[in-house]
Amino acid sequence: MPSLDPTFTALPLRELAEAALAKARELGVDHADLRSERIREQSVRLRDAELDGVNESVDSGLAVRVVHRGTWGFAAGTVQTPEAAVRLVEQAVRVAEVSAPVNTEPVVLAPEPSHGEREWVSAYEVDPFDVPDDEKIALLGGWSKRLLEHEAVAHVDAYVHAVKENKFYADTNGTVTTQQRVRVHAALEAVAIDEATGAFETMRTLAPPVGRGWEFLRGVGWDWEAELAALPGLLAEKLAAPSIEAGEYDLVVDPSNLWLTIHESIGHATELDRALGYEAAYAGTSFATLDKLDTLKYGSPVMHVTGDRTVEHGLSTVGFDDEGVQTQQWDLVAGGILTGYQLDRRIAQLKGLNGGRSNGCGFADSPGHAPIQRMANVSLQPAAEGPGTAELISRVKNGLYIQGDKSWSIDMQRYNFQFTGQRAYLIKDGRLAGQVKDFAYQATTTDFWGAMEAVGGPQTYVLGGAFNCGKGQPGQVAPVSHGCPSALFRGIRILNTVQEAGK
Amino acid sequence: MSVTPQQLAERALAAAKADGTVVMVDESSTANLRWANNTLTTNGVAVNRRVTVVSTLKRGEGASAAAITKAGVTGDDIEDLVRESEAAARAASPAPDARPLLGPDDAAALQGVRWEEAAVGTDIEVFAGLAPALGESFEAARSAGQLLFGFAEHTAVTTYLATSTGLRLRHDQPTGKLELNAKTPDFVRSSWGGAQTRDFSDVDVVALAAGLGQRLDWQKRRIDLPAGRYETLLPPSAVADLMIYLYWTASARDAADGRTVFSAPGGSGGTKVGQRIGVPGLRLWSDPTAAGLEAAPFNAVKASSSQSSVFDNGLRLASTDWVRDGVLERLLTTRHSAAETGLPVTPPIDNLLLDAGGTASLETMTQSTADGLLLTCLWYIREVDPQTLLLTGLTRDGVYKVEGGEVVGVVNNFRFNESPVDMLSRIAEAGRTEITLPREWNDYFTRTAMPALRVADFNMSSVSKAS
Repeated sequence: MPSLDPTFTALPLRELAEAALAKARELGVDHADLRSERIREQSVRLRDAELDGVNESVDSGLAVRVVHRGTWGFAAGTVQTPEAAVRLVEQAVRVAEVSAPVNTEPVVLAPEPSHGEREWVSAYEVDPFDVPDDEKIALLGGWSKRLLEHEAVAHVDAYVHAVKENKFYADTNGTVTTQQRVRVHAALEAVAIDEATGAFETMRTLAPPVGRGWEFLRGVGWDWEAELAALPGLLAEKLAAPSIEAGEYDLVVDPSNLWLTIHESIGHATELDRALGYEAAYAGTSFATLDKLDTLKYGSPVMHVTGDRTVEHGLSTVGFDDEGVQTQQWDLVAGGILTGYQLDRRIAQLKGLNGGRSNGCGFADSPGHAPIQRMANVSLQPAAEGPGTAELISRVKNGLYIQGDKSWSIDMQRYNFQFTGQRAYLIKDGRLAGQVKDFAYQATTTDFWGAMEAVGGPQTYVLGGAFNCGKGQPGQVAPVSHGCPSALFRGIRILNTVQEAGK
Repeated sequence: MSVTPQQLAERALAAAKADGTVVMVDESSTANLRWANNTLTTNGVAVNRRVTVVSTLKRGEGASAAAITKAGVTGDDIEDLVRESEAAARAASPAPDARPLLGPDDAAALQGVRWEEAAVGTDIEVFAGLAPALGESFEAARSAGQLLFGFAEHTAVTTYLATSTGLRLRHDQPTGKLELNAKTPDFVRSSWGGAQTRDFSDVDVVALAAGLGQRLDWQKRRIDLPAGRYETLLPPSAVADLMIYLYWTASARDAADGRTVFSAPGGSGGTKVGQRIGVPGLRLWSDPTAAGLEAAPFNAVKASSSQSSVFDNGLRLASTDWVRDGVLERLLTTRHSAAETGLPVTPPIDNLLLDAGGTASLETMTQSTADGLLLTCLWYIREVDPQTLLLTGLTRDGVYKVEGGEVVGVVNNFRFNESPVDMLSRIAEAGRTEITLPREWNDYFTRTAMPALRVADFNMSSVSKAS
């Protein structure tokens, strides 16, 4: 079991907290919290098996957030001394004072029990920052060369991105947490070019980003050998595949594609801050407004979606959020009906949801940013004893089986979306009938989930996700996982992207 | 901070044992206000110092390199950072883009570097004038039964770049933006406006809010239209978002590898440089000295990519025409990819301008529209097909039906599928070029000047119910 990094815990964290919180009390704040964070990231990128770059960054600093006379104030800096922490408190109070003329709605935070001193470390085996760089380069180089040996493969991009995140948090409520998370994302993308026409196609590995360590690259939780062996042949088939005929198809969507549709059309739509308009000028709002709670028919009765920040290896998983709230799991959609939202302390208090308690979705992506409501792991539950992917395919007369995410776009109220994928197979009379290319599926959220006839069993369930979910101004990036089974949808509009380009 | 950024850079170079070392110190400060429903939601100030050390080591004919960036470096720990960077460069295999580091002679033409000067900064007081004006706008919105949403941010970054080969460069980059969104309380009617600024002295939020209020009045009449190809007026902000994506895709190396819209057809390994891709008279360019859009006049690269090389740090940047008179002239190159592709060395510059010879305002173009759509801005733009650079995305915050030169009502939103490259050859009319804030990409790219464009057959692929 990994433990807290001693080079982080060696920082004078408690002294910083004591100095800052004492000053905050002296200045008469309603609430104050201090975060010290260190986020270490490394990316290793190869192009055609040659090193493109090794980059490492360490972001570290101190942030103070106050509620002063009902108005937020936030200040951040990189110097980690008690004197600097006190200055940040003064600055945060000054920010609250300058902002007061534009604040008409006093900030009140939902109560949260004091959790005292707590520690939490995510589930991983090998710290990626303990693995020598040359080993990482050699692994990706070897994999790249293996793909390049295939005659269909003209180019290969390979990269791995590793993150180690340490957070210390202390607030005027007496909660003091020290936490550590590790995550990795590795991918290889091969390019095939038709020498006669110059047409090209790409195909990327489906291995998801995970809340695991370097062991993931060594085969724990993913079968790299099988995926890399199959990829060139799949790419060659795609390059030679016929262009899809646009029209209506039944879809069997693989978890490697469906996670992103869940993210965009359910994950963001059930963020209460969006529904309330906090993101209206930027990320957008939500069709799933608060007046529709417990009545909105989100999808078919087989649709059961949960939010959690607790699942093992989940990218959003953590012990306590950035507002000192212990993390939880809850329902967002049950029996196809909207039943819950993702909350932080302010909006939980405003609307009294979850018994007036936050469900732990406060998150800041760096010491320089204030926490906002960010996404939990939002996951579609499989059917106990449910069918396998092959059985779902067997129920389709004329359809597509789609694997792997690629292009994605959804409107600002989370209605209209369009997704492509890494590959799609035509389904004819219950059987796969070869790949087709140039496909995209386009639908309105509630129509799409309403057309979901069946979800697969637990044997089809995969935890997918992303490192780079964007939200908020200033922009913040959050990692999040989405688990789902394979699922069957009836009558979905499929576009031909070449025709869309007017060719 | 007791140690100055210049001292930090010199200490790093003094400690360095690699064959070549580049040190960049970024001193940044930022302040922001965010509001929704006529009230403040979040705010903040932050200061940061980031030090990047690039170490290069000779490897036979070539060299390896690694870059490490660290925040919160105090001075005593600078040597540790240098050693980490050197260890990473030793572990790295030879870099294909390796070139000798640049020296003072290569940057001799750079004027006004002022290495010794302190960094410029910003803080919450930059909004001392804006905050009361916003409060006034909230009041006005409340009495008009409207809601205001938005964000104001001011950031100042001073970059110090020093190399073991004797370069000492400095650049101040102020970046300010204001986004304002007005809605009716049911969120059904919505309008948007944005501004970019260097210091907020030129931002009139009260006037901007009044203009948005007028647009909400235009939206009292709603007209439902189906998907289809429409004559469409794209305002400068929408054009900027499409052109920025084109610019990001303009790597010469990727094109020569046969994998972008700028690859020569037929798998020849060539690019489309020299080919006509736009209407005659069309110019797309970047210029570090463009008035109001001033950007770094030298290359400051913290990570190599297909279009940037850490070995090229300090390279002088000059005005570059990417497209001239409708012909693709240049693609983004490093010294390495320029040699490989036979193209000139033209690294990315942090601004983008488009001019297609027009002089009309968007208002005039609207008045000369018999039957068409007038957009406000675009949103959620993503690549669908790299071969054609087909992009998808949404219209947002006001699509207006224009008949006989007048706005007659608001139309539902659409999902579009369009290629900005293909669009360059289908421009029916361009307006005058003006500085604009890109709605979609302004987290990453703000400095643009664009004309409004009239496209006869813009592909609105499906209807979005969003408002």
